[in-house]
Amino acid sequence: MKKIATREAYGQALVALGQENGDVVVLDADLSKSTKTIEFKKVFPERFFDMGIAEANMVGTAAGLAAAGKTPFCSTFAVFATGRTYDQIRQSVAYPQLNVKIAATHAGLTVGEDGASHQSVEDIALMRVLPGMTVFVPADAVEVHGAVAAAARIDGPVYIRLGRFPVPVLHGDDFEFVPGRAVELRQGSDVTIIACGIMVAEALQAAEDLSAEGINATVLNIHTVKPLDEAAITRAARQTGAVVTAEEHSIIGGLGSAVAEVLVENCPVPMVRVGVRDTFGESGKPGELLVKYGLTAADIASAVRAVLKRK
Amino acid sequence: MISIDPSEVRVRANRIRCHIVNMICAAGSGHPGGSLSAADIVGALYFGGMRIDPARPDWPDRDRFVLSKGHAAPVLYAALAERGYFPVEDLVSLRKLGSPLQGHPDMNKLKGVEMSTGSLGQGLSVANGMAMAAKIDGKDFRVFVLLGDGELQEGQVWEAAMAAAHYGLDNVTAFVDFNGLQIDGPVTEVMSPLPIADKWLAFGWHVIEIDGHDIEQVFRAIEESRTVEGRPTAVIANTIKGKGVSFMESVVDWHGVAPKEEQRNQALAELTERRPDR
Repeated sequence: MKKIATREAYGQALVALGQENGDVVVLDADLSKSTKTIEFKKVFPERFFDMGIAEANMVGTAAGLAAAGKTPFCSTFAVFATGRTYDQIRQSVAYPQLNVKIAATHAGLTVGEDGASHQSVEDIALMRVLPGMTVFVPADAVEVHGAVAAAARIDGPVYIRLGRFPVPVLHGDDFEFVPGRAVELRQGSDVTIIACGIMVAEALQAAEDLSAEGINATVLNIHTVKPLDEAAITRAARQTGAVVTAEEHSIIGGLGSAVAEVLVENCPVPMVRVGVRDTFGESGKPGELLVKYGLTAADIASAVRAVLKRK
Repeated sequence: MISIDPSEVRVRANRIRCHIVNMICAAGSGHPGGSLSAADIVGALYFGGMRIDPARPDWPDRDRFVLSKGHAAPVLYAALAERGYFPVEDLVSLRKLGSPLQGHPDMNKLKGVEMSTGSLGQGLSVANGMAMAAKIDGKDFRVFVLLGDGELQEGQVWEAAMAAAHYGLDNVTAFVDFNGLQIDGPVTEVMSPLPIADKWLAFGWHVIEIDGHDIEQVFRAIEESRTVEGRPTAVIANTIKGKGVSFMESVVDWHGVAPKEEQRNQALAELTERRPDR
């Protein structure tokens, strides 16, 4: 299966968006070659601003551009895009509901060798708690194109979580990205696996492996963590009676927490969260880190077996 | 050229001061000291200094004012009301439940407020973004921003100062309300931002130092900043915290305390007595 990093797709999607929307401007904090915003800079240099290693100012500047009618996309690594700038996003973007898009790359452990200082496992939690913030976590290159286009259509703040590591392309070009709508990738009656980002491919692999054991899993891809497709999640939980979530993020505050919040109010069923278990990462190859921190198809399959015992 | 008579602006600034004292007293909380120190600067901007039209708060070509020191919201509200953006009678709703006059400015609740502020250090970045949008679109509107001197302790201010000079944002004028006091004491004792003018110069800005209570000097600074090319302008405005109310002037504790009714009456009596039109 063809693999593309979601950040690569982001660079291409920005160029496509820039061609159809003259209000789009792009800001970066000295990482344009890594975030791939350099692709936009090559085509639209007059609409690209390198703000240097000053992320707080980048977000504040984007707020001003938005207040004057522009549609700014801000990019840097997820750990800086949400951590260093949290107050700027809260005060100057989310509270005034300005039309700023935070498109953060290098999310999660799969940053790899740079280690824990650069591995964001809290960003979904930080962004999801902000009133009015839309949170997209695309699973593949096709969803990135949809998410970027959708973000530009939304009049308000949007966070887009992107990765460094190449991931399989799951969708055909005819895929329609509808913000807030879960995508059912597989239907089964025994358990529902709910995943986002790079864990969607792992979830599909887990479902495939489990089918050999006679366990049939529904797989829901949540490319929009906020607003969450509560109806689809509740329906799947009701039909299967057990849920496993999977995310390359802390189990605290991210997709797993969001799903738990929905289920405990609407359809309490046995549930297990696969994710980073309240710890920081470390240096290593992306694949090695996914194994060590329990973020593989095998880990999801184990979680499914465990949750089924509680049904 | 600014055509308005400075003596008219002095009258307006005096009325703005009366509104500030009155509305903070009615609210029972708020920040009189830093509102009063900025009354002449903000008065000069809203009466003659800026290209604005209260009937068209969304006019794309209007000049913008960002109150980076958002706790001075009363001076902004008083100026907007005095200029006709909303009825002066509404000022006493400050800080009350459901009022558009939030404790710190909210751009979505009150027409004429250009940016929601309150967390210090963020306004210059926002002003830069507005100025960059003007450059992209070939528009000639100007962006004014008011910072506190204590606010200069925030690192983001200097990130923004660097960026404004780097991108040659000569359509930005930043006023520093140099009243010398912050909550915990004199700025020089808490965390000295001195030398202020040298810092802005070193960051590549055109710098003007003025008496921030002299309307003619404020007007001259605004006019000069409009003529500077290739560089943003910083106006270091020497001011007195609590200016205009004798018992508040240069008193640290009046940073964030509301006057009681008796104190309000005394303040209004002093301000009325000093009214330049009498």
